[in-house]
Amino acid sequence: MATEFHNLQELRRSASLANKVFIQRDYSEGTACRFQTKFPSELESRIERTLFEDTVKTLNTFYAEAEKIGGQSYLEGCLACATAYLIFLCMETRYEKVLKKIAKYIQEQNEKIYAPRGLLITDPIERGMRVIEVSIYEDRGSSGSSSGSSSVSGSTAR
Amino acid sequence: MHLGESTRECEYSQISTRSSTPMETPYKKKTPKKRKWETFPGRNRFYCDGRIMMAKQTGVFYLTLVLILVTCGLFFTFDCWFLAEQLTPIIPVIGAVLFLFVIGTLLRTSFSDPGVLPRATPDEAADLERQIDVANGSTGYRPPPRTKEVVINGQTVKLKYCFTCKIFRPPRASHCSLCDNCVERFDHHCPWVGNCVGKRNYRFFYMFILSLSFLTVFIFAFVITHIILNSQRIGFLSALKDSPASVLEVVVCFFSVWSIVGLSGFHTYLISSNQTTNEDIKGSWSSKRSKDNYNPYSYGNIFTNCCAALCGPLPPSLIDRRGFIQSDAPQLAPPTNGLPMYGSTQSQQSHKQVNTVDCHLQAKAAHCDCPHNSGVLLQGVAHHTGRGPEPRTEAESHVRARFGAAAARQIHLKARGGGISSSPWSPLQIILMLGLN
Repeated sequence: MATEFHNLQELRRSASLANKVFIQRDYSEGTACRFQTKFPSELESRIERTLFEDTVKTLNTFYAEAEKIGGQSYLEGCLACATAYLIFLCMETRYEKVLKKIAKYIQEQNEKIYAPRGLLITDPIERGMRVIEVSIYEDRGSSGSSSGSSSVSGSTAR
Repeated sequence: MHLGESTRECEYSQISTRSSTPMETPYKKKTPKKRKWETFPGRNRFYCDGRIMMAKQTGVFYLTLVLILVTCGLFFTFDCWFLAEQLTPIIPVIGAVLFLFVIGTLLRTSFSDPGVLPRATPDEAADLERQIDVANGSTGYRPPPRTKEVVINGQTVKLKYCFTCKIFRPPRASHCSLCDNCVERFDHHCPWVGNCVGKRNYRFFYMFILSLSFLTVFIFAFVITHIILNSQRIGFLSALKDSPASVLEVVVCFFSVWSIVGLSGFHTYLISSNQTTNEDIKGSWSSKRSKDNYNPYSYGNIFTNCCAALCGPLPPSLIDRRGFIQSDAPQLAPPTNGLPMYGSTQSQQSHKQVNTVDCHLQAKAAHCDCPHNSGVLLQGVAHHTGRGPEPRTEAESHVRARFGAAAARQIHLKARGGGISSSPWSPLQIILMLGLN
């Protein structure tokens, strides 16, 4: 069932939370922050695979940039140590700058791509960088209590 | 983890994510907003309105502080004058710089967030439980300890499920039983600094012990010099009587040198091989385990390992201590009778669910040999089922404001607005010089 929301305002007015999908971390390359790009089955009817994968890949690139160990991070680390970390009273760490970029990107993506499809992405920093939470909204008027049953996986095990 | 004796009573049940309906708990708008640190589920102490975070037992930390302050105080008061006159005034200057560096790094290590992982939100925990159920197949018995295997750089690493925090711990993370938190890149819990040593404060800890070794050796050497120079003029016993404080300093420094220099050496080795104390003690990457065993996190050469540990980017705190607890957000209801029910339609079901969960958890805590403090499990759930996640964008806040009343507290679990520290990260406003992120 494809529910169309033309903008976030409409989503606000007429949607109810149907389900949440969690994209887990991908630790295959170590402890660096990276999310799995596997497309969850619950979103199959909601959004194109490529769009979603693009979002996750871009987020992964941002996190890699934040955690990159190179000349600039060494310089920042040494400067910070030399000033007894007082320098951070005046300026932000590179990580924080990238996190702001990520927040802006996610908001943009939500407004342009996800909200019109009745979805909402939560910034991973709000979930302790463990998961990307994708909330699926259903149109209040058209759905009954059983409408979400198809999107819940594994519940048949009960 | 061991299975309880009476497994029938330890019937595994799903985590309830459903909070009570709006009718039961009228939302008190006049309650002053609480900051998240006030409802933090771990066993930490917070000072300065959440800016400072320490472990519960801080007695030994004060001892460390007193020892350092007293020894240095005595050195500057009694020995420095003589040394400045007889040798060079640079000595007290170097001493002062070292002392300030030691205190600075000590306070930074003790007061900062070591890299605590916030506990899972109820929806996340429920989702994980569902996935695990699918993997195990419901047998009606309590499931065996949960692990997930992942291959990192060719090495198979097991990720363990943390029953307290309800997450699969990332690699290198460990649950500190003293602080009752999962900490990223957990090194060890240091009573001397009164905090865990983890990803975010390891470099400060290392610089603390390194500078303290230099300071100890420095004081030791110059106090001995002072006594020797003085005894050349007035005799050994007279020199000792002249500055009795020096004797105390020598004794303190003598005993400290062995342990602190040894510890610095050990941590230098750990940093150069990119291991944590935890991994070294367990022998996780030791070649004695098997021929193919190697450390997948090491960068290959000592220099890169050192630079990465000490000069790498400093990750932000994942627990938003000073953020305000927002009004409740919509949460998903657990599936009942196999059919998921959403929205605010199931008032009776929610109560039954929660009561069931409560009883099962008590059974779990009572019968099962949990490595973590089982008593906290209940408390943890009480905290979990309180507030929900906070909106971050305006759009989201509007959507969630709609459901604000619907996801109120669970009265019978006495959740005091227990929020998972899921955090909208806010820009740093470090007030203290030696404060924290």
